[in-house]
Amino acid sequence: MTVIIETKNVSKSYGGVVANKDISISVESGGITGLIGPNGSGKTTLFNSIVGYHPIDSGTIQFENQEISKKPVQEIARLGLLRTFQQTRIYGEMNCVENMLISLPHRKMTMREIFSRNNRADYEQADRLLEFVGLYEKRFLQSGSLSFGQQKLLEFAMALMNEPTCLLLDEPTAGINPTLINGLIDRLKRANSEFGITLFIIEHNMRVIMNMADQIYCLAHGELLASGPPSAIQSDQRVIDAYLGAH
Amino acid sequence: MKYLKIPFYLALMAFIVAAPFLFPAFKTQLATLWLMIIVALTWDMTGGQMGYNSLGNIFFYGTGMYVCAIVGIGIAFNVGEYTNASGGGIYTFTDAQYFGGVLLGCLAAGLFCSLMAVLVGFITFGLRGPYFAIGTLGVAIAAGELVSNWEWVGAGQGIAMPVYPYDLETGKVFFYFLFAGTGVVLFVFLSWLYRTRFGAAINAIRDDEEKAEAMGIHTLRYKLTAWALSAFFVGVAGAISAYQLIHFEPLETAYQTINLGIFMVVCVLLGGKGTLWGPVVGAIVFHVFKEVTWNYLLGWQWVALGALIVVTVVFFQDGIMGWLRVKKPEWFGIRVETSSNDATGAAR
Repeated sequence: MTVIIETKNVSKSYGGVVANKDISISVESGGITGLIGPNGSGKTTLFNSIVGYHPIDSGTIQFENQEISKKPVQEIARLGLLRTFQQTRIYGEMNCVENMLISLPHRKMTMREIFSRNNRADYEQADRLLEFVGLYEKRFLQSGSLSFGQQKLLEFAMALMNEPTCLLLDEPTAGINPTLINGLIDRLKRANSEFGITLFIIEHNMRVIMNMADQIYCLAHGELLASGPPSAIQSDQRVIDAYLGAH
Repeated sequence: MKYLKIPFYLALMAFIVAAPFLFPAFKTQLATLWLMIIVALTWDMTGGQMGYNSLGNIFFYGTGMYVCAIVGIGIAFNVGEYTNASGGGIYTFTDAQYFGGVLLGCLAAGLFCSLMAVLVGFITFGLRGPYFAIGTLGVAIAAGELVSNWEWVGAGQGIAMPVYPYDLETGKVFFYFLFAGTGVVLFVFLSWLYRTRFGAAINAIRDDEEKAEAMGIHTLRYKLTAWALSAFFVGVAGAISAYQLIHFEPLETAYQTINLGIFMVVCVLLGGKGTLWGPVVGAIVFHVFKEVTWNYLLGWQWVALGALIVVTVVFFQDGIMGWLRVKKPEWFGIRVETSSNDATGAAR
């Protein structure tokens, strides 16, 4: 398998707080990679560094063998590397279908396509993906009125609409009703296997991430603590200590 | 609703064409009303649809006037000599020079203003919210001051444009139709534009620009395009005004930040931001209100206008069409079900 995202010695600090220190990870193309760690261990900072939300202090970040650490957010998004937010971001005034249609990949459009209306195929694709995440019945509801969990699902569907090659998900199951989590795991796996989207997931729910990921990285105090397949991580004493607070 | 649409628009077009003949005493008033509609619609492109509240769109109005004057006069005479009143020269324009000047002047004004929107926008679109409003206002004020010190275009005296070569009453009809034609073209253009993917993208920028960026939308490019399209029509409106008013000067007429520059915003707020008809309805209500108070409440007209602005901003933020859209969403083809979610409604 080829590596799609590779960070080498990435460091980032906010003033005196070192959020990431010498992080080197690689995400394999076509797989599901997990990123875990206690609160404040620098997971979201690493995500933000990768998608270009802030400049990094040192190190390199490559996406499909292209250096992206100096690129702004939009340019990275246009390469097909997309992220969802921990606090969902959707266009709350619009209904679900409109949210989906806005998420069409503008980067793949010609001038003529941008200045034309959405066609039948776009509507069908929107409906299909809303069906996929289970929001089809709600498609004409104002998206701001949806519950937090539903908004997360909508954001996930919007990301799929954008046809990314790689998707960074920041805590996809947070705030989602526990009885629905199995359904979500199934959808994430299908997004990976059916649509061929590489997933890189921050997750706190161990059951979820152990279930899905091929490879897991664990951060603690801004440093890379351990990496390996789920079985190895589960039994790694350092990871257990980090979560339980041993020193 | 659907069956009524075509007859409604046909009747409206007939009324627009017939209006200056039905109300001959109000020809110039109606032309000014069209000017208000044009500037309100163009302001709403960025203010209502894209969430960038510009207070400097009057910059394009004034710049349109000057570009039109320079082109319209320049095709016949030397602009520097023409504007130099102390030279005492008398200049007469042939019909071809006059009407050619109107046509070329309008086009040049529109195109030049689009270009300026791209150049100015490149800097000002780095600003958000109130900073954008103040930044663009600064551009308009600075431009007015610069032009009022520029001898070649008449400095503070402004420019006296050539006069309509025939009967002045037909001239009024001529300018009415120039404004009305521009307004109708603009309205049709916008009703198309807002339904395209481009329209959806600028709405996305309004609702959450950071999200739009994260989804890979070329936000800056879209913002510049929207403002350039808007500036084109403001520039054309300014160009027509230049010929209609015959004489204009930089600070009170061309770059009139405190009059038309604010009126266009009030029209949109009154009619409803982010709606197609809102700016039109707002411009009509505002213009009638303004003219009535200017006639019957003279001395108190600014107070009345200020009260209207305060009432709109404080109690009526969605404006007339915004209020209607909430009450009668089906009239707008909006399909939003408002039934509350049941607890089990998430993913199944």
